Amino acid sequence: MSDDKEERLVGIVLVSHSAQVAASVAELARGLAGGATAVPVAPAGGTEAGELGTSAELIAAAAASVDRGAGVAVLTDLGSAVLTVKALLAEGDELPDNTRLVDAPFVEGAVAAVVTAATGADLAAVESAASEAYTYRKV
Amino acid sequence: MLDADFFRRWMTATAASVDREAERLTALDSPIGDADHGSNLQRGFTAVAAALEKEAPQTPGAILTLAGRQLISTVGGASGPLYGTLLRRTGKALGDPGEVSEDQFAQALRAGVDAVMTLGGAAPGDKTMIDALVPAVDALGDGFAAARAAAEEGALATTPLQARKGRASYLGERSIGHQDPGATSSALLIAGLAEAAGE
Repeated sequence: MSDDKEERLVGIVLVSHSAQVAASVAELARGLAGGATAVPVAPAGGTEAGELGTSAELIAAAAASVDRGAGVAVLTDLGSAVLTVKALLAEGDELPDNTRLVDAPFVEGAVAAVVTAATGADLAAVESAASEAYTYRKV
Repeated sequence: MLDADFFRRWMTATAASVDREAERLTALDSPIGDADHGSNLQRGFTAVAAALEKEAPQTPGAILTLAGRQLISTVGGASGPLYGTLLRRTGKALGDPGEVSEDQFAQALRAGVDAVMTLGGAAPGDKTMIDALVPAVDALGDGFAAARAAAEEGALATTPLQARKGRASYLGERSIGHQDPGATSSALLIAGLAEAAGE
């Protein structure tokens, strides 16, 4: 039963211009989610050559790796990261079915997404939790 | 009519001019961007030329669709998905025929430019590639040489504009006085059309 539930968790992909930022935010989100190790989270940072930038290949591979059949939420930093995900979604066959670009702040949204996904929530709930992170004011 | 060879010549001519102008594109991208436009596009169009040689697609639509896919996957910057979408959408609009009329091509390219505007959210006057592409598509009815002149004029006209999209927009008024690198590379792409047509 618990195995079955784990298989249906929403996957999270974190796309940043920097490999270190993507990997660190993934680690941070998992850590702040109380070690939500069951949630499939994959970073897709930088270019394939390890430089700053965005790689369509790394994004597609990350999305495939976290797809458990419950949908994939993709969070991005800015610029080409946003545009590359949108272009891949427009292609139709590059990302798993039910993959969504989530409009959310990168760090806060990632934490909210992983915490929510860990509860077994569906993709719409994960998306909504991540987007709501925009409303958290600091001052 | 425009056949598959015309579209192959367009892509190889663009690859050659991007290669030739890579340093200038990167120099334009230094004061208002992150100084990678030339090298990014050079990598992308080199991959396009290699893929066209290897896979040898036989129709105008298939050539542009493959070229666009290569740009999305190899460029590594915002110009990848933007130029990739431009060529893919144009290629898809051309469909399967072995040759297309200049009119059909002009319509397909307009669909491609519209898709770029939707993807990036840019409108004419925002100091982007759109400022070269829209005048070029508008002039295409008068031939490829007219489109090339319109694109070059459009790129030059971005200098006094303030950037409203992309990284340059963070600079606000300090983006004024620099020619936009994306509009400049778009003018190279359109110039490649005239070169492919022997104009």
